[in-house]
Amino acid sequence: MKYIDEFRNPVAAEKLAHKIKSSGTRMRIMEVCGTHTMAIARSALRPLLSPDVELISGPGCPVCVTSDTDIDRAIAISLMPDVVLATFGDMMRVPGSESSLSDAKAKGALVRVVYSPLEALKIAKEQPDKKVVFLGIGFETTAPAVAATVLKAKDENVSNFYVLSLHKLIPPALKALLSTEDLHLDGLILPGHVSAIIGSKPYEFIPREFGIPCVIAGFEPLDILSAISMISDMKKTNPAVEIGYARAVRPEGNPKALNVMYSVFEKVSALWRGISEIPQSGLDLKSEFAQFSASSFDVELPEPKEKKGCVCGDVIRGRVKPNECPLFGKSCTPESPVGPCMVSSEGTCASYYIYGD
Amino acid sequence: MKDNLIKISHGGGGLIMHRLLNEEIIPVLSDRAQTVLEDAAVLDAPGAKLAFTTDSYVVNPLFFPGGDIGKLAICGTVNDLSMRGAKPLWISVGLIIEEGFSIADLRKILKSAKKAAEEAGVAIVAGDTKVVERGKADGLFINTSGVGVIREEPLISVAKAKPGDALIINGTIGDHGIAIVTYRETFPFKVSVESDCAPLSSLVETMLASGEVHALRDPTRGGLASALNEIADASKCSIEIWEESIPVRDEVRGICEVLGLDPLGVANEGKVLAAVKSEDAEEIVSKMRSQKYGSDSCVIGKVLEGPPGEVRLATSIGSRRILTMPSGEQLPRIC
Ligand code: SF4
Repeated sequence: MKYIDEFRNPVAAEKLAHKIKSSGTRMRIMEVCGTHTMAIARSALRPLLSPDVELISGPGCPVCVTSDTDIDRAIAISLMPDVVLATFGDMMRVPGSESSLSDAKAKGALVRVVYSPLEALKIAKEQPDKKVVFLGIGFETTAPAVAATVLKAKDENVSNFYVLSLHKLIPPALKALLSTEDLHLDGLILPGHVSAIIGSKPYEFIPREFGIPCVIAGFEPLDILSAISMISDMKKTNPAVEIGYARAVRPEGNPKALNVMYSVFEKVSALWRGISEIPQSGLDLKSEFAQFSASSFDVELPEPKEKKGCVCGDVIRGRVKPNECPLFGKSCTPESPVGPCMVSSEGTCASYYIYGD
Repeated sequence: MKDNLIKISHGGGGLIMHRLLNEEIIPVLSDRAQTVLEDAAVLDAPGAKLAFTTDSYVVNPLFFPGGDIGKLAICGTVNDLSMRGAKPLWISVGLIIEEGFSIADLRKILKSAKKAAEEAGVAIVAGDTKVVERGKADGLFINTSGVGVIREEPLISVAKAKPGDALIINGTIGDHGIAIVTYRETFPFKVSVESDCAPLSSLVETMLASGEVHALRDPTRGGLASALNEIADASKCSIEIWEESIPVRDEVRGICEVLGLDPLGVANEGKVLAAVKSEDAEEIVSKMRSQKYGSDSCVIGKVLEGPPGEVRLATSIGSRRILTMPSGEQLPRIC
């Protein structure tokens, strides 16, 4: 237990918290990534820093930013005859316009929860009479593994394996968000896992164009506290992108993973819940891999239906806190979620609800 | 209930399952609503108090590090009886086998069930076997029912924790759930976590003999978080636990992080959470530590007067938050 405990030491935490609070300036900081949102809520960092530091959650929960239309498409594909839809467990209970994958499964759709895209490829090989569709949801963290799986499928001539690629890219979303909203941010805590792949360079426009200091952080409570302290040291006078998670992130990222990713995927425009269509912010299969794409499957989608009262979009943009949503904890709970932010294990509403923020 | 079809989450052991039980099953079948929250029912027989319980096992995979479905089916029922302070005596075993199942595997599973029964000191006294067509069951399902006698008075119950009580756990949490998921052949990386699956009858006997025990709960599905909430709810008190004191293996913590799980919500099959009189806690823990399944026993929190049903966690960095009842959709078929 030694290694992790180093990052959870209460004395060190207290010291950092004291240092942050005694700097005297009030700060509004966005943690971009859903994993950070959860870590912050789980160790109850907010009460420790309040009222000097206000932490608001950003768009870094891949399930949450997936649009209703895309969720509806996944559900419709799962209901096609001869299709097995393989997905990460997080997507199962996410409500689309009318239902969820878990509803579709109870009705007879073949939906399988997998932990990796390779598992989906394995199912495809075991069931050659089925079309096995992997639901590709995630950021730069997940996309390389999916790309590697597509390469393997090609290599092994697996002709019944498909990917519904809804992958998204973090930097363009941040750019879109920061250019359309004035969130009065004093700093950004950037995602550790995504940055391990893309490095720190793709974020350099943030201090340059928006004057906001950024720190790439790990996921232990002390990582996050020290990221906040680094932001406070930089202040707006000297904004830059700093790496506070050097044990996993290099400035250049992981070129090997990026190569694999861009050998299979190309940047396309993508629809983000709450932010709208952002050019060059999604990944789809390149034309030479079109045979593996499930995007062209012919399915009928239900009329997109607005979720009355759900303000997930504003939560994702950092404009509204979950407990400001009138449905929060009333008609919307993790047991019967109205929006995806309440069901994803990285969702901001879920984190507030489960950890009682 | 709002849903009109049963979904996997209805079997997850959390709030969603509680809803199914409380809204659909219990009102129709039971007129003893007050006992169904317990791990086993306590029945008055002429001359004795008996504990009675039943449980079905659908774990996938059937064999896993630290156990298999046979051992699990005995331990689960033995432990449910033990949580009422009963001495488990008799067990029935019902097998539902899928056509095409390997006889060699069946033999292994039965042997391991028998071994667990011997260790727990229970006799397998009744049984039933059914075979269904291929595709109609996943290899093998087992149901066990058990009867035990209760000698301790006053009764041990999930509703009997008292303000001031110390809360004890007998070792690392989350091992079973993580052992099962990571052992599924498709899990992307291998980790060496063994299930904690074990019969706790003799450990519980030791605990009862070394001090005043008020409430016992085995934190199975829904994990420690569920068990704590159930005690706080049923006993109408609040609970404070200390994150630092709760033993969690590094590997378990690591996998939980990758999967976005909280170790406090992950299932155990050889753990007992106890609320005991605080003056007796030290003695009970020290006696537990001398036992095979209690070597890492420790005090992890206390029962307080506060708002009934509230569980508060003092986090390892010195802050505090509410520990809620997990909703329970994760990790299907772990027991
Ligand atoms: S609480 Fe529920 S309804 Fe409100 S924004 Fe969050 S997910 Fe949507």
